[in-house]
Amino acid sequence: MDIVFGLIRNVLEEGFIYGIMAIGVYITYRVLDFPDLSVDGTFPLGACITAMLIAAGVNPWLACLIAFLCGGAAGCVTGLLHVKLRITDLLSGILVMTAMWSVNLVITNGSAVLPFYNKDTIFTSGPAALLTGDAKQYRIVLLGAVCCIVVKLIIDLYLRTKSGLLLRASGDNPQYVISLGKDPGTMKIVGLVIGNGCTALAGSILAQQSESANIQSGTGMVVMALASVIIGTSLLRKVKWIRATSAAVIGAILYKACLVIAMQLGLPTNFLKLLMAVLFTIALVSNNLFAGRRKKQNVNPTQI
Amino acid sequence: MSTQLKSETDKNFVGLRHIYKTFNLGSVNEVVLFTDFNLEIEKNQFVSVVGSNGSGKTTILNLLCGSIPVDSGSVFVNGREIGKLKEHERSRFIGRVFQDPSKGTCPELTILENMALADNKGSSFGLQLGVNKRRIDYYRTQLELLKLGLEDKLDLKVSSLSGGQRQALALLICTMTPLDLLILDEHTAALDPRSSETVMELTEHLVREKQLTTLMVTHNLKFAVNYGDRLIMMHRGNIVLDAGPEEKSSLQIRDLTEKFNEISIEDGN
Repeated sequence: MDIVFGLIRNVLEEGFIYGIMAIGVYITYRVLDFPDLSVDGTFPLGACITAMLIAAGVNPWLACLIAFLCGGAAGCVTGLLHVKLRITDLLSGILVMTAMWSVNLVITNGSAVLPFYNKDTIFTSGPAALLTGDAKQYRIVLLGAVCCIVVKLIIDLYLRTKSGLLLRASGDNPQYVISLGKDPGTMKIVGLVIGNGCTALAGSILAQQSESANIQSGTGMVVMALASVIIGTSLLRKVKWIRATSAAVIGAILYKACLVIAMQLGLPTNFLKLLMAVLFTIALVSNNLFAGRRKKQNVNPTQI
Repeated sequence: MSTQLKSETDKNFVGLRHIYKTFNLGSVNEVVLFTDFNLEIEKNQFVSVVGSNGSGKTTILNLLCGSIPVDSGSVFVNGREIGKLKEHERSRFIGRVFQDPSKGTCPELTILENMALADNKGSSFGLQLGVNKRRIDYYRTQLELLKLGLEDKLDLKVSSLSGGQRQALALLICTMTPLDLLILDEHTAALDPRSSETVMELTEHLVREKQLTTLMVTHNLKFAVNYGDRLIMMHRGNIVLDAGPEEKSSLQIRDLTEKFNEISIEDGN
C-alpha cells in the first residue's frame, strides 16, 4: 500500500505543477486555437530565472511572479511575430523557442544546470515552513495544489471578464471581434502572454521543487501540455460541472500518472520521450474521433 | 447619377466617390471592376442593391467596411473620409450582417455572453465582469422582439441555434449600439424561405425604429422590391438602374426580372 501511496504522491507532486502549464496551454490551444511551440522555451526560462533570483537571495514568491512576467514577455514576442509580422503560428513559436535557448544560457551564465540547494524556496519557507510532522512530507503536493488552484481560479475569473469574453471570441470568431471594433490580433497577443506566463510559472515552481534549474527541461513540454489539455478536455467534455481549466489540470495529472505507471512497469528511461509522443498521438486521434462525432450532431444548419 | 453631388464634408454624406478598383492586377485574370464609380446614400435611407454575380455588389460593401482597400478614390461615412481606418476601426460606426449566419455571433459563447459583448461595443474591454446582471432584463426585452423564444434560453450556446435564429440574433446584436451605417450582405441568402421572411421583417422593423442608414445587397428580387426606399441594380461595376422612392413604388418584380435577364444575356448566362 505504501508503494501505491508513494506513487500517487509522486504523480500529484508533479501533476499539479504541470497542471499550471496545462491551464496556460489551454488558453492558447483551445481558447485561441493557436498551437504555441514557444512553451518549450518559456518553461526552462521560468526555471532559469527562478534559479538565478533565488541564488541571489530574492524572495521565492517574488521569483515566481518575475518568472510569470518574463514568460509573458516571451509570449508577447511570439504574438508580435505572428500578428504584426504575419509569420505563421507554428513558425513564430519555433522562432521564440529557439531564441529562448540562448536567452536561458545567458541567464544561467553558460551552465546547463543551475542548482540552488539549501536556499529558501516556496516549499521550505513562508507558510510551508509551518507544516510539521506527517504533513511535512506532503508539503510539495499541498503547495503545488494550492498554486494550481489559485492559478485556475484567477484564469476562470479572467475568462468571465469583458476582456476574457473578448479573448474567447477572438479564438472562436475573429470576425465578430472586428465587428465589435476591436483587433483580434491584440487579443491573440494577450492570450499568448497569459499562456506563456503560466508555463514559465510552472517552470519556476518545478525548479524550486527540485532545487535546481535544467536548461533542457523544456524539451517535450509542448507535447506534454497539449496532450494534457486534449486528454482532459475530451475525456471530461460531457461532465458539465467541470470547467475546462480543471479538465486541463486533471489531464495533466492523468498524463503524469501514465508516465509513472509505465516507468513502474519497467520501461527504460530512454523510452520516456517516445512514450510521450505515443501518448500524445493517442490523445489526438481519440480527440478527432470525439470531435467527429460531435460535429455530426452539431452541423451548421446552412450546410445540410 | 443625375442628381447634384453633395458636398463631401456634408455630415449627412455617406458614399463612395471616384472609386477605381481592379482585381488581380497584371495577371491573366485581371478584372477592372470600378472606373470612377460614385455612389451616394441619403441619411436614413434604406437602399437595396441587386445585380448578377461579379457585378460589384459585395465589393461596394467590402470597400465601405474596409475588408479590401480601394485602388484610388474616397469612402465617406457621415462626411468623414474613412479610407485610412482599419476594418475594426470602421466597425465602431458601421454594422455588418453577413451571409454566413455563423459570422455574426460567437458560437462557443452563450446568447447572454454574445449580447453582453455587443452591448459593450464602443467602451473598453477591461477586467470588469463580462455580463452585467442589471442589463439582463434589457437583453430579454430585446430578444422578445425576435419572437423566437430566445429570451428564455439566455444560457444556451449560440452554436446550438438554427441558422435563422442565429441570423436574427446577429441582426439584433449588430444594431444594439448606435450605427452610422448598417450593411446587410445577402443576409437572408443562406436561410430557408420562412426564416428569410422573418429575418427580413425584423430587418425592416429595426431599420425603421432606429432610423438606420442601410445598404442591403440581396439576390432576392422580391425583397429588393418590397423593402427599402431605393433600389439599385448593378452590372459590371456600373449602376444600370437607380430607382428612388417614387419610381420604386411603381416598380414591379416583373420589370426588374426583365431588366435583370437583359443584362444577364449580355453576360451569356
